[in-house]
Amino acid sequence: MKIKQVSVFLENKSGRLAAVTKALAQNKLNIRALSIADTSDFGILRLIVNKPEDAYRVLKEEGFTVSIAEVIGVAMPDTPGGLADILEVLEDRGVDIEYIYAFVGSARPDALVICRVENIDDAIEVLQEKGINILSGEKVYSL
Amino acid sequence: MKQWNEKYESMPREELAGLQLERLRQTVERAFHDVDHYRRAMQEHGIEPGDIQSLKDLEKLPFTLKQDLRDNYPYGMFAVPLSEIVRIHSSSGTTGKPTVVGYTRNDLNTWSELMARALVCGGAGREDVIQNSYGYGLFTGGLGVHYGAERLGASVIPTSGGNTKRQIMIMKDYGTTVLTCTPSYALFMAEVMDEMGIDPRKDLKLRCGIFGAEPWSENMRREIEDKLGLSAVDIYGLSEIIGPGVAMECQEKHGLHIFEDHFIPEIIDPETGETLPIGQAGELVFTSLTKEALPMIRYRTRDVSRLIEDRCSCGRTHLRMERISGRTDDMLIIRGVNVFPSQVESVLLDIGEIEPHYMLIVDRIGTLDVLEIQVEVSDALFSDEIRRLEQLEKKIRKEVETTLGISAKITLVEPKTIARSEGKAKRVIDKRKF
Repeated sequence: MKIKQVSVFLENKSGRLAAVTKALAQNKLNIRALSIADTSDFGILRLIVNKPEDAYRVLKEEGFTVSIAEVIGVAMPDTPGGLADILEVLEDRGVDIEYIYAFVGSARPDALVICRVENIDDAIEVLQEKGINILSGEKVYSL
Repeated sequence: MKQWNEKYESMPREELAGLQLERLRQTVERAFHDVDHYRRAMQEHGIEPGDIQSLKDLEKLPFTLKQDLRDNYPYGMFAVPLSEIVRIHSSSGTTGKPTVVGYTRNDLNTWSELMARALVCGGAGREDVIQNSYGYGLFTGGLGVHYGAERLGASVIPTSGGNTKRQIMIMKDYGTTVLTCTPSYALFMAEVMDEMGIDPRKDLKLRCGIFGAEPWSENMRREIEDKLGLSAVDIYGLSEIIGPGVAMECQEKHGLHIFEDHFIPEIIDPETGETLPIGQAGELVFTSLTKEALPMIRYRTRDVSRLIEDRCSCGRTHLRMERISGRTDDMLIIRGVNVFPSQVESVLLDIGEIEPHYMLIVDRIGTLDVLEIQVEVSDALFSDEIRRLEQLEKKIRKEVETTLGISAKITLVEPKTIARSEGKAKRVIDKRKF
């Protein structure tokens, strides 16, 4: 139930993001979701791709600082309060969220959210207890 | 007043050479007998005091390095017992053990004499009000100038550094005519004056500025003179030799007169140690001729300069040195603080996990030196959480500040973005235009 996310360290200068996406494209790797967290000097690009291990290897070869982190992919009703309910579940259990970003998959009724949490097993357990739909890696990579 | 001590400052060169030889022989004799380090070093070189028969024989003596002072920390290089020492100054010791220098009462006398000479040489006189904005304390700048100004008989205001608005108020109200400080501080003062609505030409009586303790250029001189409405001259000195007042620019502004009756200058090839003829650029080396507490024999300053032999129209017969044009080591002077890239490297190694690929970028924004340290992010310390990377930056910044005593901006950069070099790694980009 864990999803592998590829994270890349990027300096804030032009062309760096393009270099990452180009390297992925040349190796026929498809981006499913992405988010960028940035400060004034650097950014962290977080990617969900169809083949995370391959993406890791390709970017590494290109000389980027890359790591793989495990995250959770949650499907939630695309209605007001959809995200609030999930966050409430995590909060009740005392699971700290490091960061979160949303994306819209193609032709689905649900909205999708990627969460990086402190204790991933705990989070999965509590979300499943509450009947919240957690997506498997295979499912997300092939969206 | 043109010269403070015309007898010595304008001494015919032949007579000067005789005086130098006599004093050199005494110095070598005393160093040999009273300082273990010198005796050992001379014995290793198979030379003894009796071998010094001419000034040329100076070249036979071994060099003294900053490391020798460190190895003999704190008092091992002193040639007199501590009971004879009346003053101790020292460096901050950021690159290892501090270098400690001591003065006997006679040494303080000599230093005051040299600083009085320097002030007169630069254009000051006893009727002047000298505002001394060099730092007072372990650093030799403040007290060195202070004692010289008192010896001269000028009115000295010991403002020390900092508190710039008050400095300017004092300058205005007390009618300061001579300012002594670092050239970058002079420029900073000009900026603050501008903000305060003070026009130095109308509101102040500044006439002359004696600036040193850091490298500066002709362009910077023009800028200071233009902004402060005074005549700016360069002063040189280093604590190991005596402090400020080793050499001083006269109003001709063409090189600094080295007070040769107290110090013998040499220019050497920094690679081979060979003495170079006058006129060639190389590393400046000094031998003290009159110091009692801490005689210095062929001290390698690491400063790059060139000696000028032709007669100066000011009448002084002493050789001049060109303003310092660089260093033979990689030391940087940032906001008056000596910084070696190796210090940054050891901080990064201590923090751990960091491959020490880094670059120091020094720039001058306005009048202030700024230091940026670029550090490559290695896999080991990369985290996909901003918070952790920011913590890392903060930690490096704090450690650098503790070790170097100056603040720096830390920038994390992608791996392999700092240029690798095949030979000696280039660790510094100095964008400052002095």
